[in-house]
Amino acid sequence: MSLSLASRHSWFEATARARIAGLLDAGSFTEWLPPAVSQPSPHLAQLDLPGAFDDGVVVGYGQLAQKLIFVIAQEGQFMGGAVGEIHGAKIVGTLRRAAEEKPAAVLFLIDSGGVRLHEANAGLIAISEIMRAVLDARAAGVPVVALIGGSCGAFGGMGIVAKLCSAIVISEEGRLALSGPEVIETVMGVEEFDSKDRALVWRVTGGKHRYLMGDCAVLVEDDVAAFRSGAADFLAAWDEPVPGIATLRARQRGLEARLAAYGALCDGLDVWAALGVAQPESVPLLDRDSLVALKEGLPT
Amino acid sequence: MSLNDILDRLFPAGHTVNVANSVITGHAQTVQGTVAVLGTTDAAAIDHAMALALADFVLDTVEQHPGRPLVFLVDTSGQALSRSQELLCLNGSLAHLASCVDLARRQGHPSIALVTANAVSGGFLSFGLMADQAYALADAQVRVMDLRAMARVTKIAHERLVELASTSPIFAPGADSYVRMGGIVAIWAGPSAELLASALADAATARAAGDRRQADGLTRGGRLLAAGIAQGIRNSAAGA
Repeated sequence: MSLSLASRHSWFEATARARIAGLLDAGSFTEWLPPAVSQPSPHLAQLDLPGAFDDGVVVGYGQLAQKLIFVIAQEGQFMGGAVGEIHGAKIVGTLRRAAEEKPAAVLFLIDSGGVRLHEANAGLIAISEIMRAVLDARAAGVPVVALIGGSCGAFGGMGIVAKLCSAIVISEEGRLALSGPEVIETVMGVEEFDSKDRALVWRVTGGKHRYLMGDCAVLVEDDVAAFRSGAADFLAAWDEPVPGIATLRARQRGLEARLAAYGALCDGLDVWAALGVAQPESVPLLDRDSLVALKEGLPT
Repeated sequence: MSLNDILDRLFPAGHTVNVANSVITGHAQTVQGTVAVLGTTDAAAIDHAMALALADFVLDTVEQHPGRPLVFLVDTSGQALSRSQELLCLNGSLAHLASCVDLARRQGHPSIALVTANAVSGGFLSFGLMADQAYALADAQVRVMDLRAMARVTKIAHERLVELASTSPIFAPGADSYVRMGGIVAIWAGPSAELLASALADAATARAAGDRRQADGLTRGGRLLAAGIAQGIRNSAAGA
């Protein structure tokens, strides 16, 4: 999967609409509630803030490898992809429709800091509704795959939503966590988490770390075509039964064991060493293919 | 009000409840029979250990007591704020807890949540808001963030937020706002066995009806757009 820089189309820098265009089969996307028939958030207008007609999320359907796919794509460049009333309701409506119509999958292009504070209560309840709707779609047999690699990552409630999905495809540039490093630094102090230390932030929340730890299923390059093939390959091999008690018991044991083994550590370097990586300090420098090979060689 | 006072008033027929690391687990007697009691106290900041302890208890209940109702007591100031917690993907453990509550619902366990003191953001999302129906005591604090912090982050004057908060439930902190938005069913003047019995009686119906919060928010005039938008997506030209 090595690509020349010239042929790359960065996922990180692309808009939500450009990501969808490159992800799905060419020309196959149809948007639901497109900007022409939508209204911007009246709650932002009340605060004299500019709105967007799509309220920062694009939803609709199309095809990936000739299969019907529903798509949800958050626009990180509008209000940090944060979830307000309309934004959240578009996502909930799409997921509920998926549970009824059973497309081959829902691809959820997450690029969000979580709740939109200007609509905090609407955003928090909407995220709870999204959580239930993701689980309803999965219970109906529809895989929901999160794709994370945008500038806002997946934080706050959207970090929880990402981990409720069937699987996560993430790029090296992708970040996934609950509280943002800035929030932790503001409340707990710079000694706890220096949010300006980019390398540290990456070692704690970045795509490589989440992939090495097994929190994300697929690691891809920061490239729209790589996300496309990563999602298509993953779905072609997807065969998970509806999550039940045995699955959740197994995950419970796994999470307890992990907490016992690594709970006292504070830096990715220490966890990678504990995982059996011989040269943890080399991890940040590895390209995608080398990192995947490294993970496959780790003791399980 | 202390946790014991709350438990005595909710479960006058008896309760056996443990508290360890701010996590409540146990069972109690009600007119509907034995219920599982679980949640957090002391404004717990939910970390991996707490989330996993709650998830484990939910799974135990599903395995050992099919159909037993779940009563969640919510007192959380949010999620633990620490680098080591984030390093192990705290959102993943909160998602696991939410998945376990969801599994219990699918396996026929009715559930209700009662906010006893604080319900804030991630901590509230992971279990309280996953219950079939959520309630709050009258003096409970329910919010994403207080208005001063919100003013700092959004760079909107605190006075302006205070002024708008008096008319808009969209971002005004408080259990009242959540009732109007459809996120909380009702506010209780105090912990009461009668209100609990009535809530448990409603929970089974609520479970069957699915997530009604958008519709409730519309009926109560707090969230006027969400229900129509979600329905609009479902009514849009066919995808299949």
